[in-house]
Amino acid sequence: MLAEAWHYLTTHLAQFATAFGVHVAISASALALAAVIAIPAGIAVARRAGAALAAINAANIGRTLPSLAVLALVMPILGTGFTPALVALTLLALPPILTNTIAGIIGVERDIVDAARGMGMTPREIRDRVELPIATPVIFAGLRTAAVQVVSGAVLAAFIGGGGLGDFITAGIAMMAVPLLLVGAIPVTLLSLATDFLFGMLERRLTPRGMRAK
Amino acid sequence: MSWFLRNWDQVAIALWEHVTISLTALSIAFVLSLAIGIVAARNERFYAAALAVAGFLYTIPTLAFLALLIPVVGLGRTNAIIAMVAFSLLILIRNVAIGIRNVPAEVVDAARGMGMSAAQILSRVELPLALPIIVAGLRVAAVTVISVTVVAAYVNAGGLGTLIFNGIAGDHPPKIWAGALAACALAVSVDLALSAVERSLRRARA
Repeated sequence: MLAEAWHYLTTHLAQFATAFGVHVAISASALALAAVIAIPAGIAVARRAGAALAAINAANIGRTLPSLAVLALVMPILGTGFTPALVALTLLALPPILTNTIAGIIGVERDIVDAARGMGMTPREIRDRVELPIATPVIFAGLRTAAVQVVSGAVLAAFIGGGGLGDFITAGIAMMAVPLLLVGAIPVTLLSLATDFLFGMLERRLTPRGMRAK
Repeated sequence: MSWFLRNWDQVAIALWEHVTISLTALSIAFVLSLAIGIVAARNERFYAAALAVAGFLYTIPTLAFLALLIPVVGLGRTNAIIAMVAFSLLILIRNVAIGIRNVPAEVVDAARGMGMSAAQILSRVELPLALPIIVAGLRVAAVTVISVTVVAAYVNAGGLGTLIFNGIAGDHPPKIWAGALAACALAVSVDLALSAVERSLRRARA
């Protein structure tokens, strides 16, 4: 079975490379878009108690929505293809990044902020040189969760014509061709594990030296 | 909307299937995690190993997991339930173990001093005190399982995903709307209900 899958892969290399490329492109764009929206939004609301609570509640509801349901709901509105899938995946990536950005900034101890203010820092300096560096590991943990979720969600994009490695899986299931399905399922599993590992490493690397766990 | 009104029975049947599949998977996962979590709470190495395995399983994309099980168990409900149990283990084991560990040592000492056996301490002191954290885990696991069940319709497990897939295949948006909105509503209401349970448990213990 694995040999057959390998044979299929080597004879359809161009097709596989395209699907793999689409999968990575759609995942990376969705994650980048979500980060560009959710991180500034999180920073903006974090220090306003009411707004922060509202944002966290909205994110919690967003987090509970089934990925496939979100993809399916986008389809009747935006149609099929790369863009609708990108929109749906971006929506799915927003909640963990938003929640963690807010939690990261709120988690910065008041004493540290007070000390920074006492040293004469402006609110902007406090944000850029105190709050954000200390919140970075938590924000990155959110990005990591979102990244794995997006790589996994991008498999489902195949159902709405978004392309990617899910195409092999859906074709394999439809024709009950196990080797074909493995050509999609094994690489996407490895991609997801690699994403988790990579973001885990970045998370440790970006933790300010004084905060690293021994 | 008119499609929904004419076919509400179809939606109700799919919803019922969805709930039963999710509940079956959640119950199996809970029993397994309770056993693993109790051992893990007292053994650091076992805890690390259990979380590493569960974390690995959790990272596998849903549809890939369902697909990888096809050569082993074929299509159908068994396939879906195995995948859902695998996805719930991480959060459930972690919360059971952390919940038990968070019980203050002096409370356990007091129970021992009263002459309770290890089994009595577990069932009458540790587990009741860990309950809010365990319920918090169940809440996340329940939402995950409901979400996986939607996808599992593709491997013929039934449930609300069936409406979505039929709707996509037949280019029939009302069916997609009905399936997707019902799935979202189910996930959100289960989340809200279990968070209410969690809050009242915390209040009762405060």
